[in-house]
Amino acid sequence: MLRYILQRLLLIPVLLFIFSILVFALVQAPPGDFLTSYIASLASSGSSLDQELIDMLKAQYGLDKPVHIQYLRWMGNLLSGNLGLSLEYQRPNAELIAERLGLTVLLALLSFVFTWVIAVPIGIYSATHRNSLLDYIVTVVNYIGVATPNFMLALVLMWWAFSYFGLSVTGLFSREFEQAPWSLAKVADLLKHIWLPMIIIGVAGTARLTRIMRANLLDELNKPYMVAGRARGLSEWQLVMKYPVRLAINPLASTIGWYLPELFSGSLIVATVMNLQNIGPLLLRALISQDMYLAGSILLIYCFLAILGTLISDILIAWLDPRIRMEKVGA
Amino acid sequence: MNTGNPTPATPSTPLSEPAALDDALLITSQEEERVSVASNWTLVWWRFRKNKLAVFSAVLLIFLFTIVLAPDFFSTMDPETTDAKLAFIPIQRIHWFDEGKLRPWVPAVIGKRDPVTLRMVWTTDDTQKVYLRFFSAGYTYQLFGRFEANLHLVTALNPEDANRIHLLGTDRLGRDQWSRLAYATRISMTIGMISVILSVVLGLLLGGVSGYLGGLTDMFIQRLIELLQSLPTIPIWLALTAALPRTWSPERVFFAISIILALRGWTTLGREVRGRFLSLREEDFVLAAELAGASRWRIILHHMIPTFTSHIIATSTLAIPVMIVTETSLSFLGLGLRPPAISWGVMLQEAQNIQTLALAPWLMIPGLAVIIAVLAFNLVGDGLRDAADPYSH
Amino acid sequence: MHPPAFPLLSVQDLKAYFYMDEGVVKAVDGVSFDVYPGQVVGIVGESGCGKSVTMKAILQILEPGGKIVSGKVQLRVRRAGRPDLDTGGPNSAEELLDLTRLHPNSKLMRKIRGAEIALIPQEPMAAFSPVHTVGSQIMEAILLHNKVSKAEARQRAIDAFRAVGISMPEQRIDAYSWELSGGLRQRAIIAMALSCNPRLLIADEPTTAIDVTTQAQILRLLRDLQREKDTAIIFITHDLGVIAQMAHYVVVMYLGRVMEQGPVNEIFANPRHPYTQALLKSIPSVQSTPRVRLPTISGSIPHPFNRPKGCPFHPRCTQFIRGVCDSAAPELLAVGKDHLASCFLYQSQEVTA
Repeated sequence: MLRYILQRLLLIPVLLFIFSILVFALVQAPPGDFLTSYIASLASSGSSLDQELIDMLKAQYGLDKPVHIQYLRWMGNLLSGNLGLSLEYQRPNAELIAERLGLTVLLALLSFVFTWVIAVPIGIYSATHRNSLLDYIVTVVNYIGVATPNFMLALVLMWWAFSYFGLSVTGLFSREFEQAPWSLAKVADLLKHIWLPMIIIGVAGTARLTRIMRANLLDELNKPYMVAGRARGLSEWQLVMKYPVRLAINPLASTIGWYLPELFSGSLIVATVMNLQNIGPLLLRALISQDMYLAGSILLIYCFLAILGTLISDILIAWLDPRIRMEKVGA
Repeated sequence: MNTGNPTPATPSTPLSEPAALDDALLITSQEEERVSVASNWTLVWWRFRKNKLAVFSAVLLIFLFTIVLAPDFFSTMDPETTDAKLAFIPIQRIHWFDEGKLRPWVPAVIGKRDPVTLRMVWTTDDTQKVYLRFFSAGYTYQLFGRFEANLHLVTALNPEDANRIHLLGTDRLGRDQWSRLAYATRISMTIGMISVILSVVLGLLLGGVSGYLGGLTDMFIQRLIELLQSLPTIPIWLALTAALPRTWSPERVFFAISIILALRGWTTLGREVRGRFLSLREEDFVLAAELAGASRWRIILHHMIPTFTSHIIATSTLAIPVMIVTETSLSFLGLGLRPPAISWGVMLQEAQNIQTLALAPWLMIPGLAVIIAVLAFNLVGDGLRDAADPYSH
Repeated sequence: MHPPAFPLLSVQDLKAYFYMDEGVVKAVDGVSFDVYPGQVVGIVGESGCGKSVTMKAILQILEPGGKIVSGKVQLRVRRAGRPDLDTGGPNSAEELLDLTRLHPNSKLMRKIRGAEIALIPQEPMAAFSPVHTVGSQIMEAILLHNKVSKAEARQRAIDAFRAVGISMPEQRIDAYSWELSGGLRQRAIIAMALSCNPRLLIADEPTTAIDVTTQAQILRLLRDLQREKDTAIIFITHDLGVIAQMAHYVVVMYLGRVMEQGPVNEIFANPRHPYTQALLKSIPSVQSTPRVRLPTISGSIPHPFNRPKGCPFHPRCTQFIRGVCDSAAPELLAVGKDHLASCFLYQSQEVTA
């Protein structure tokens, strides 16, 4: 088990290295760079930069060097903890990201917890009360939940709250706390705002996980060990909770591998619509304005979070299922 | 149910429960006869049509595809016509009866200038009626880009009223949403289909090669799939689409986005195909074909692939909605398709501002189209998947 | 073997139906038989004849949709039961309890399952949960039915393992089911069934999935344990050879009904019902003429939704009487000492009367 985890941990830097090349190629790919779009926007507003200043800026950001040198410089800086300077915001990228990363992870984890807390019990109920009225309702709601893009849900809820209650449900903080330093009051304010995005981001996943849980459990409920369990005198409730639920959780745990990364990066669109201060909208702006080092850093962070999600799920599955656990120990 | 008898007489649902009955569920001889001579596709169809919801969804999809083929027929006017004066006209509901007779009409809209914002505010007026006609001549368009036609689903009875009908209202630029929705349906559905077809081709090819050849090739393709699957999809897609040159024509962007969507889409199918090939290689009927001297390609094409075509179709059907939602999201964020291309996502860009939404909630209707299409594809896909598996429940 | 005067279990006209969307499946349609203490009753029949459903009905663990429609399942229980239930026991320390009158999930019913009647399920390979150790599942049964500590339960489970001939029981108890070989798993299942000393053991085709050598060992083990503990066994199988080896009394079932029942020697030496006769003819024997096709029963089992009217076996019967067999179902009547058959060939007087 320990060896298995160690193996997986060693894989992370390898993956990150490959991803870093990919990410760098991506942010490099658009024709022109930040400077050209900056100059263009200045030109459209009537002002211009003289050539000397342009050259100086180019040299400063290393834009005059060949691509592979630029990559090496970027990597070198990354490894020494220097994420570079945002060309647009004129602030260190590390600072920009740091103030939003926490919220990104917090929001994703909250949505994750929400999903499991809702999906597992409803899935159990649906499977054990198969073809009941509530089961049908759950199935219908699940289908719609899966089919609704989360930004659509956000739009509808925002519109509804705004036009019927005059409420603005965007943002993660009230206006007075937006720029304020962290305090207990600010945390309370955050909690007052974060639950709605948490639900919106988690709805589609909850619907999918409920379906998975229900299907898995239905499979398990037909297994011969159920007959054996009943025959040795277990009550239905004891039996269901101890065996099939436990076994149905295993495949559910493997969904963490895609679900957690999806939550990290999937919140991007909702965050843009609802104006949530996580790294999603920051990436979007950086991509549009070709703020390449900022975009690159954020993309790499998303990659890292995705790898982390897969890792957690792999370890969890191995820990939950003795068949895999033993195999891994032996390997 | 390990009897292996695909019994079309029994729908998939109740069979899974009584394991005790599994051996009881033998079938009478004439039914057995009917089943044993039926082809695999007939069996799939028998099981599929039992699922009423899936059949209904399939009909809905066929309807959507007719829109894809001839969006002009469904439009009431050119989707690009802009008229800032006619901005934010609300939905004109169709009334079917007039004075007790079947005579469809929509209320006309009346504009009033808001004294504060100086904006035109439109309201419907039930006293002024614009009468409608179905299946009649309207503006001229090119059918399939080739034939001249002027038949439309719905037009104004009086040709002068042609521009007074906005069944789903208008947007910020006064463009007719109903007509734009028809065009958006074409683009959004097509992009989903094309990227899935690309995914299937890639998935079959690479998955098949991986599973059939094994060894180093398999190793390499598997690592590639793992790598692609561990990428955070939406950010990477965003970065990819952001990298598309702004100067590209809408058609080029359209194809580029299809390819981008397929780049990761094939991995799921590739994995599945590989798994199937691996297990099929061990099957007796493949061994039998080999012993009979069938060539490698004959075995692959005539013996192996037919065993899982229905699965591929089901999986692909389920992949289309994912593509559609992704395209919608990208375009919605302004990084996917760009105007003048019209897709559901492009239309939804108009619905980003909460103040605008409060003023014109009908701008969210393309979102409804997305949900309905995705729902229909999912239901059909699930129905196909259940029908394709003879051992399902 | 001298059967005691009172049966341990008496099944009387039991009917269990499955209500499904397509109709009603009469899986068990009027089955009666008795099991005496220490007796081995074999139940034979083709697949789908309702053997397993009968057992599940006795234990009240029918799958969803299945219901006991009528009949009695009377069990002699040791403890003083509840006064509101059928009593009239043969002696003061025991009483008769009609299991069909208990709620399937009631406390009393659950106490009977595992403690009074234990089951060796049909698919022993999958009868253990793969993510729990075998020992924990056996201990669960012990803890459920006995007031003992965990350590004591563990000791009992180890003893049960030893009793069924599993070597190194102390280690094996902590194994997962998939770490055990087929034979060992089968023994572990038997150990679980016997761990609470039931008076009746239901073995539902316990040897179908294992190889012949192991099968013989398991059968010997069951017979030894039965003699040692004087446990009654209901042995379900479609293998007449196994029945001949194991059973004292045989019940032959077809489509949810009893065709014939009687002492094992009677059934094999003097079968009365055409179905039993056909079954016995289709067994290959060392004495049969070589190179001659083995007789089979013509036709196949009808679909459960359209069971034939009258005697369920009449469409396949060689001695079918037109107008009689296809009009009403024959009753189960005596054709010898303890020997009953349900066939019009032996009750013509009653029919005409």
